[in-house]
Amino acid sequence: MSIYLDKNSKVFVQGITGSEGSYHTGRMLAYGTKIVGGVTPGKGGQKTTHGLPVFNTVKECIEATGATHQCIFVPPAGAGDALLEAYEAGVRFSVCITEGVPVHDMLKVAGTTPGMRIIGPNCPGLVSPGQSLVGIMPGHVFKEGNVGLISRSGTLTYEVVDGLTRAGLGQSTCVGIGGDPIIGTTFVDCLREFAKDPQTKALVLCGEIGGSDEEEAAAFIKQHLSHMPIVAFIGGRNAPPGKSLGHAGAIISGSFGTPQSKVSAFQAAGVPVADRPSQIPELLKERMAARV
Amino acid sequence: MNLMEYQGKELFRRCGIPVPRSQHCKTPDDVAAFIEKNPGKWVVKAQVLMGGRGKAGKIKFATNAQEGRTVAREIMATPMPPNRQNPKGEAINSLLVEETVEIEKEAYCAITVDRATKKPSVIVTRFGGMDVEEVHEQHPESFKYHFVDTAIGYWPFVGRGLAFGAELDNGYRKQFPAIVAGMYDLFFRYGAKLVEINPLVLTKDGRVVAADAKIEIDDDGLFRHPEFKEWQAVLPLDEDEKLASEAGLGIRNFRRFGGTVGTMANGAGLAMGTMDAVKNAGGEIANFLDVGGGADAQRVRNCYELVVNHTAAKVLFINIFGGITRGDEVAKGIVTAMKETTSRKIPLVIRLTGTNEVEGRRILAEAGMTPVETMDEGAKRAVELAAGA
Repeated sequence: MSIYLDKNSKVFVQGITGSEGSYHTGRMLAYGTKIVGGVTPGKGGQKTTHGLPVFNTVKECIEATGATHQCIFVPPAGAGDALLEAYEAGVRFSVCITEGVPVHDMLKVAGTTPGMRIIGPNCPGLVSPGQSLVGIMPGHVFKEGNVGLISRSGTLTYEVVDGLTRAGLGQSTCVGIGGDPIIGTTFVDCLREFAKDPQTKALVLCGEIGGSDEEEAAAFIKQHLSHMPIVAFIGGRNAPPGKSLGHAGAIISGSFGTPQSKVSAFQAAGVPVADRPSQIPELLKERMAARV
Repeated sequence: MNLMEYQGKELFRRCGIPVPRSQHCKTPDDVAAFIEKNPGKWVVKAQVLMGGRGKAGKIKFATNAQEGRTVAREIMATPMPPNRQNPKGEAINSLLVEETVEIEKEAYCAITVDRATKKPSVIVTRFGGMDVEEVHEQHPESFKYHFVDTAIGYWPFVGRGLAFGAELDNGYRKQFPAIVAGMYDLFFRYGAKLVEINPLVLTKDGRVVAADAKIEIDDDGLFRHPEFKEWQAVLPLDEDEKLASEAGLGIRNFRRFGGTVGTMANGAGLAMGTMDAVKNAGGEIANFLDVGGGADAQRVRNCYELVVNHTAAKVLFINIFGGITRGDEVAKGIVTAMKETTSRKIPLVIRLTGTNEVEGRRILAEAGMTPVETMDEGAKRAVELAAGA
């Protein structure tokens, strides 16, 4: 098992003929992902360089291929449009890689797509090692196993996974939830899924400064996942107070958003917080040994 | 993008939010000429992005043209003094001359993006006219929130409920729902991340007016609003942001600190992690730099020169973990950049792994550069080199 994605998930790529879309489609196919086609308006009827069918609309694509999972590589102005087109066509799972999507587009999407699981935007995607990879992650650092991973960062995720794999700790599913203020899937959403997944025996959470997603995750863990070995990491502990944090933003979150708040929330939930990514495998092994 | 008060109030007017009568002026003579033609009691306010104008003596009153000219000169004579957020202060290039309002009550109202609920959040407290963080500390119970369902949008019941809930003075109640409607319209029409009125004044003659305006527009949505280009040109530019744009990076991708270990990584998370690693190894960070995806030779050269020419870095730690960024391209970029740059040379510590790492390492090795294996090892070596250099 795994969460969200397995070897049978049928994936289509929005923006499949663009340079990034095309390049990463090739990499996903090489990893074993079941990509069945793609969408580029105006290029319907053509075949990609990988031999996949291209469609003008999402509706045509899923009707012809039976695809269930969307992966978006379109520019920021078109990402909200791509998500809503997929929702209207009946798609209920989407991964949005695009960075720089206007926050108002995501407000509208989040408020009008009940029942749709959106990963991202501004995320590296997700991978269920040995089965399927959707997004831009470098497949070779992953290894099949029992550790679930959730991360707000892209490259830092690869760093952490690389460490886990080298330490012999394979992964069930790794989800890069994205670094934008409004994201489709939060730590808690993923935790709920991991809690139901028999393959996942331990978890790693990679958070960063800003927002209160980590604090909510810590509260969820305390209540529902106290039996599971979990280790956290908070990136940007030496970053100065963010310029992008507005006045009213500071009110809503109060003391939330600082690295101290996140670290103490995890510690209060019994989750050790690694000082550096390289400590994560060791800490996790200690936790796993303690529970046996 | 943060707007100045006069810009914010222009948007308020377009969205039907009542504001005091005012004139935007560039010189003391303009101020005098306006008051000459419009006798009355006026307040002259420095147009800056920094807060604390009143305390800094940058808001003054005038009752005739001569007085207007004098206070305008006084305000513009010196820049806004530095504070913790703005250690360099801020130049004053224009003024807003505004009708004085007789204040009965002051409240606070804002609309912002709430991350947790993924909805616009309307925030109200009856304590206005002071620093909102202070109000949050002293009267946290006074804040009332409404998270707007975007599928339903804003309706007057929201404003009514908030006015009752926050116990706004009765004088506010009739006009408040329409003011929040205007704020909500502005929030969506211009892609704002924050629309804040502090204070929202109830005047002695029973009007409700926005005495100040604080608006932040989402930078990622600016492409839909070319009309803001003109305003953007007069806003003070953050120097780090300016340098970042000149180097072809996103404005949030570069920030300077005082240390001697330069950093460059791909992806914001790894770039923050790289800073943390340098700090853990006992070094002082010179900068944060996220080179972004697809780092070609020109981009790498720009980044190298950005660090070498604008920070006190004695060594540059390049930390690349390839996902969308391909290791071979970064390696080629580094080799070419170092060949072509005319800036001073500082030692590089390179960590390169992930997509196409084997090819990348071969390219570096052929150019006589030896990459380190891990982030911790790279940070340690960079800190040693900075100390020894």
